[in-house]
Amino acid sequence: MAFIEIEDVDLVYRNSFGHEVSDGTLALSGTNLTMEKGEFIALVGPSGCGKSTLLKVVSGLIRANKGKVTVAGETVTDPLKIVGMAFQNASLLPWRSTRENVLLPLEIVEPHRQRFRAEKAHYEELADKLLETVGLEGFGDRAPWQLSGGMQQRAQLCRALVHEPDLLLLDEPFGALDAFTREELWDVLQALYTDRKCTVMLVTHDLREAVYLADTVYVMSARPGRVILDKKIDMPRPRKLEDLYSRDIADLIQELRHHINVARTDE
Amino acid sequence: MKNIWLERLSPWILTIVLILLWEVIVKGFGISRIVMPSASESFYAIYEFRVGLWKSSLTTLYSTVIGFGIAVVFGVLMGVAIGISRPVYVTVYPLMVAFNAIPKVVVVPILVLWIGSGLQTSAVTAFILCFFPIVVNMAVGLATIEPELKDVLRALGAKERDIVIKVGIPRSLPYLFASLKIAITLAFVGAVIAETVAGSEGIGNLMLVASSNFNTPLMFAGIIVIAAMATGMYGIFAALDSRFTGWATRGSMNFATAGG
Ligand SMILES: Nc1ncnc2c1ncn2[C@@H]1O[C@H](COP(=O)(O)OP(=O)(O)OP(=O)(O)O)[C@@H](O)[C@H]1O
Ligand SMILES: [Mg+2]
Repeated sequence: MAFIEIEDVDLVYRNSFGHEVSDGTLALSGTNLTMEKGEFIALVGPSGCGKSTLLKVVSGLIRANKGKVTVAGETVTDPLKIVGMAFQNASLLPWRSTRENVLLPLEIVEPHRQRFRAEKAHYEELADKLLETVGLEGFGDRAPWQLSGGMQQRAQLCRALVHEPDLLLLDEPFGALDAFTREELWDVLQALYTDRKCTVMLVTHDLREAVYLADTVYVMSARPGRVILDKKIDMPRPRKLEDLYSRDIADLIQELRHHINVARTDE
Repeated sequence: MKNIWLERLSPWILTIVLILLWEVIVKGFGISRIVMPSASESFYAIYEFRVGLWKSSLTTLYSTVIGFGIAVVFGVLMGVAIGISRPVYVTVYPLMVAFNAIPKVVVVPILVLWIGSGLQTSAVTAFILCFFPIVVNMAVGLATIEPELKDVLRALGAKERDIVIKVGIPRSLPYLFASLKIAITLAFVGAVIAETVAGSEGIGNLMLVASSNFNTPLMFAGIIVIAAMATGMYGIFAALDSRFTGWATRGSMNFATAGG
């Protein structure tokens, strides 16, 4: 059995209280997707097609109206307890230092939660090591608002990974960054991924990002979203930025772009 | 350097200028002290009636602080309840708005009927006046937690309680402190209104008596003392505010305050 199985999922957002489901927005319709453990996938598709929604369904933050979602063999009904998430907006807590922000998940997830007070020094060391691997050595004591946008995203990645989750859900984490910083962070993420071997779902609008990082890229249709295409990316890891300029990859990106354009105009 | 000092001193300078203007105008136009005493006469009245003023201000301060304290405790609890629960918000909030719109002066006689006139009446009026802004501001901080941040925490298995403790409460502290600065001055207003209307002890009553005696300098002395006390309390909460929630003015969090 695959690590994540999404079978024929429908999701309707109800627009207001007490209305019939039929009044709502159909965000996902007949969505299918399977993922192996340790796989890195990217989700691309037109804006508003339901990519973020799909991540929330997988994490159990919202419940599918139809179909079945299983993660690690269990049907998802409530929020999973140990997922790491990161978004376009770093949403670090301004009253905590960067290190304390990274430690936040450990104050919530068992079994760390119970040990947290007693082994604070140990955990702080852990956080500092993690900050070092993303290039934030020595920034642990800084307040988040003293960091640049790119640095805040690095810190957010640390927060998403500090409790060693099996599943990492990333929703356009680099969407607000400039091209150079973004490419730098691709490598940071790639290194973290090869190191941790966790399962990653990445939502992105950047096709180069999708191709560079993922084992498989899934293209979604316009709303209501479902997966209309999957492309395996056969690039050996660790990947390098030059790889993106090879003929095959350039053609692949072009092909993906074409499919999304068709999906967009097909509504 | 120079600018910082100027900034610190500017409110004091303005105060002194206004007092001098007051003195000059009253003296210059030869206004009768029954109508409007000069600044020096008013300050002299503070000295002259210091015993009565001291006793009355302590009473006013006492009922203000009691009413304010109770308002903080219940306001914070109510604010948390409204901020985290939509059903509570939907049910309670409209009623609170309606209640808050009632002119408080008309409530005092009813209070007198129920609990008599005295410290308790002033304290309850102070409470009524400053409860609402505390509730609203506490609730705002809790109700405006970024949805992404909630998702991050819920996907870690956080319960509603964890989110409130780890994020909601610290996040609403700047809103709360901002409201406390407003609330303490409103509490003074409430206490003095009650003292004036209900005729219980305190500065409000002292001024009422002074008025019936045509002792205008004492009335002005009372006003000065109330203003000084309210400003002092405001200063205390402003200092606490900048000490505990300095991050809010540095960070990107932008917040508005709702007054009452
Ligand atoms: N909380 C919500 N309530 C109602 N409708 C929603 C809600 N969230 C999303 N939707 C709707 O569901 C559809 C899918 O939204 P979703 O956020 O999943 O899109 P997306 O693919 O992530 O878009 P983008 O690429 O712009 O982030 C959209 O049409 C949106 O309007
Ligand atoms: Mg989205």
